[in-house]
Amino acid sequence: MKNPICYNKRLCRGRPSKAEGEWLPVYRIEQHPILPIPARKSISFSWKGRPVEAFEGETLSSALIAAGVRVFGHHAKDGAAQGIFCANGQCAQCLVLADGIPVKSCMELVRPGVRAEPAEGLPELPRVDAAALAAAKPRPIETLRVPVLIIGGGPAGLSAGIELGKRGVETLIIDDKHRLGGKLVLQTHRFFGSIDAVYAGTRGIDIATRLENEVRSFPHVRVWLQSAALAVYSDKTVGVLVEGRRYALVKPDVLLTTAGAREKNLAFPGNTLPGVYGAGAFQTLVNRDLVKPTGRLFIVGGGNVGLIAGYHALQAGISVVGLVEILPECGGYKVHRDKLARLGVPIYTSHTVLSVNGEDAVVSVTVARVDEKFKSVPGTERSFDCDTVLIAVGLDPVNEFHEKAREFGLPAFAAGDAEEIAEASAAIFSGKIRGLEVARALGHDIGEISPDWYRTADILKSHPGKTTPERTPAEATGVFPVIHCHQEIPCDPCTGVCPNDLIEMDETDIRLLPSFVGEKGGKGCTGCEKCVAICPGLAITLVDFRKDLDFPTVAIPFEFLKDSLKAGDTVTVEDTQGNALGRVEVGAVKAIKTNDRTVIVKVRAPREYANKIAGIRVQPAEVGEPLGRYVERTAEDTIICRCERVTAGAIRKLIRDGVRDINEIKAVTRASMGSCGAKTCTPLIHRLFREEGVPEAEIVDQPKRPLFLEVPLGVFAGLGEEDNGLDRE
Amino acid sequence: MTANRSYDVVIVGAGSVGAPAALSLAEAGLRVLVIDQYPSVGQGSNKRAIGGLRATHSDPAKIRLCLRSLEVFSTWEERFGDKIEWRKGGYSFVAYRGEEERTLKELLVVQKKYGLNIDWLDRQAFLEVIPDLNPEGLIGGTFSPDDGHASPLLAIHAFYSRAKKLGAEFLFNEKVTGYDIDGGRVRGVRTDKGKYGAAVVINAAGPWGMEMAALAGIDVPVRPDSHEGAVTEAVARFLEPMVVDIRPVAGSANYYFYQHDTGQVIFCITPSPSIWGLDVRETSSFLPMVARRMVDLIPRLRNLRVRRTWRGLYPMTPDGFPIVGWTHDLESYMLAVGMCGQGFMLGPGLGELMARMVLGKTDEKDRETLSYLSPYREFVGQEKLK
Repeated sequence: MKNPICYNKRLCRGRPSKAEGEWLPVYRIEQHPILPIPARKSISFSWKGRPVEAFEGETLSSALIAAGVRVFGHHAKDGAAQGIFCANGQCAQCLVLADGIPVKSCMELVRPGVRAEPAEGLPELPRVDAAALAAAKPRPIETLRVPVLIIGGGPAGLSAGIELGKRGVETLIIDDKHRLGGKLVLQTHRFFGSIDAVYAGTRGIDIATRLENEVRSFPHVRVWLQSAALAVYSDKTVGVLVEGRRYALVKPDVLLTTAGAREKNLAFPGNTLPGVYGAGAFQTLVNRDLVKPTGRLFIVGGGNVGLIAGYHALQAGISVVGLVEILPECGGYKVHRDKLARLGVPIYTSHTVLSVNGEDAVVSVTVARVDEKFKSVPGTERSFDCDTVLIAVGLDPVNEFHEKAREFGLPAFAAGDAEEIAEASAAIFSGKIRGLEVARALGHDIGEISPDWYRTADILKSHPGKTTPERTPAEATGVFPVIHCHQEIPCDPCTGVCPNDLIEMDETDIRLLPSFVGEKGGKGCTGCEKCVAICPGLAITLVDFRKDLDFPTVAIPFEFLKDSLKAGDTVTVEDTQGNALGRVEVGAVKAIKTNDRTVIVKVRAPREYANKIAGIRVQPAEVGEPLGRYVERTAEDTIICRCERVTAGAIRKLIRDGVRDINEIKAVTRASMGSCGAKTCTPLIHRLFREEGVPEAEIVDQPKRPLFLEVPLGVFAGLGEEDNGLDRE
Repeated sequence: MTANRSYDVVIVGAGSVGAPAALSLAEAGLRVLVIDQYPSVGQGSNKRAIGGLRATHSDPAKIRLCLRSLEVFSTWEERFGDKIEWRKGGYSFVAYRGEEERTLKELLVVQKKYGLNIDWLDRQAFLEVIPDLNPEGLIGGTFSPDDGHASPLLAIHAFYSRAKKLGAEFLFNEKVTGYDIDGGRVRGVRTDKGKYGAAVVINAAGPWGMEMAALAGIDVPVRPDSHEGAVTEAVARFLEPMVVDIRPVAGSANYYFYQHDTGQVIFCITPSPSIWGLDVRETSSFLPMVARRMVDLIPRLRNLRVRRTWRGLYPMTPDGFPIVGWTHDLESYMLAVGMCGQGFMLGPGLGELMARMVLGKTDEKDRETLSYLSPYREFVGQEKLK
């Protein structure tokens, strides 16, 4: 390809191409500290008639993002710019025309030579060649009986599948993605939880591979990939879109729903601009597709999802301008929060987003401090230059299938986030238990499930517990680890790696804090650094006074490119919370094979603060500086239903008129009638009711009905792609 | 409990019939109360209707009522400003076999007699109306350009809002449990929450009409069966009329669909044999059955994405015609039930007729209309185009 182009020069801070006036796209992640960058075959396609470069096997949306495209079309109703939103096939915000056919670009793999065009207004229904269709032979819709159907091949579904496989129970796992693992495949960080129960200390992406390999070793467990559940019907049958193109009905004896979670959203002016989306979508683009949708990111929400997304952004070379959390403290693990703060990301607690600004794309975000009633405080507004705003304000279970199955009397179980929102480690364990319960429900003798298992499941699900004040060790001789972990969370990898067993935790509860015991049986710390490398929170350093009592060496875990630091560089070191301690010189940067991509950076630091050092700043302070004055968005475009473009004002008016039935709101405004199937707006409508002081008990919800995803009529008619009769002209 | 509120008319059911009837009664200056078991207007069968509106029936009663309804729907936005997504797209009945051609042509004679704007179009002319129709084996069909469609959701809300503005009261989440009857005359309505005096009580309870009549000791032959329907994504306009295919095949008697004002296609199927009862839970057999037929009829539909499916009730009567009239055994008790799936299109015209009945202002034509719909007719014969 001669002149691949970039459509967003504002973002394109990359290399100018040789051709006059053209820019080369740099929206790909070309190196990553954790993720391997596979060699992929280059193909070309066109966008608005101009050539674009892509990789074989990537989605059309990611190929477009890699080319700098952010606006995929404009809404038929009000001309609002549309861009990537869920990156998960659930909505239709990323609709584009591929050879004239409207497709969800996040689910459509890019084909060589495909002519892609933005979807402007209502798409034309593709014409078909009647003669080709006349020859088509529709296949009857297959009905398959299976003892167990598992919807969702993520941590919970795979763990359940493994237990069922071990017991020889015929099981079918369906998953809508191209590979198993669910959201594990997006997680580059090491997992928390228990080493014994849930692979703690291993990275999510690697757990996915282990679970997948294990589940695939059982002949009784079948897997259908790219296969989405569409509905649970009253005849106890589940409709499945198989491999994205064939419809099948599955009649299971037991349904296990492990479909995970969906992200909650927020209503504020500018909330549907292209570039405002969920942290999950972001992780998909960055960690799965290895594209760089943003250069300057702002995050709303200080739970684990938001904090981890910030970390992943930095690892991908994306600047994180800031993070706001409406509560006085971040709700996510303190170790995640601290890690992000140390890397140089400003975290604003008791702050909320007021608006995202821009016409067709995000150019800034405006935030403000909130009072104890969560109302923004005038005079505290600040705006930041950014091109993307992630909304990470919590998750809701994807439990429609479970609820329907229960309503229709189909024996049903749920595990993981579909049952209760918690960490992936909890999903792994609850899946395991539920797998056994399913086997038992089918009459298999599985013996007794240990009460300890249920207890472990509860512990893994638990929210962060109390935080104890930090106590910096006073020692100034020898070698010893400093544990910068002060909040009770379910996590124990550090307790299993010390060769002399010097890191201890109350064995009955992995939520308690670990402590370094100095010596045992005459053996003390050898300085092996294993504890430094294993901690998922990057919250253990090792201070070594043995060579120099005044300038001890501090070993710091570091999950960035090894080449980004070298001996002799000067870095800013920080305490646990991210307060700068001073500038010190890097002595060595070492990667050990067994360290699994965590690099250990050794710095020489003054004895006065060596024991306080917890991390190294990566992002320069100027990244987080606010704009000189704040930007006020005047447009009244707080959108509740993004599919049908229904504003908060329209719905609020109905609520104030006394409407309590969401069915009525739906009938009048069309909110929740759009392509995403009310998945995005329903929680937002509830939120509006709350804001208007209406008790939850007075609200009537609209019923959930098939289909979970929009599927072409031809698929239900039994027509396959080979007889598609598409008239591509 | 004592009746602390008294009304000229209490209507049981805020649906396709009850809501426009309330509007007509309120317009006439009567004190009207509408009681419904659901939390808001139109939550029974109205919201499940696909929105087709036609006057092209085969009997004078429905033709007359629906012609008036069409006037109301087609002029509503201009008169009152509410958007109800009315579109004059017409109705078309396709014929691919001699049987359907004969049936449709027979009906045409009757329909023409009543002055309806409907004609038989041959293959070529029919393809001009529906260019995407499968031409293979097509004989032609009937087309009535003055029929159309609108949003049941928006229309009923418009009727409801205007009725309220004119003083009609609505009570939701309230279930009628009985009637106050005195001297062979209904005097009021009792519910699970209260008691309301009424000079006239109207049963407009749709599929629950039989149950509501039974509370008054009246037996009405209304039995609901269920039909399943669905709506697709929105696409640019490619289809104007409602398309009805009356060829019976195993599993379904007929099916029909149209492209709504929003660009979405809404479709529905009539199961065969009928599925009787109040069950409206979605089934797995619906989509494969209807999709095969629709894609065969209009191949271009194959790429159109289905968004949502649901099931609704058709309150059927033995002969396929509604039951509207005063009851002989209980004075001041009116039945307006058994719309056989046509409550939405009958609603506004019927509502006005019901108001005239309450006011004692029916004319000769009304009385003729009512003779066809009488609760005391002999339920013989069968409506041809249900």
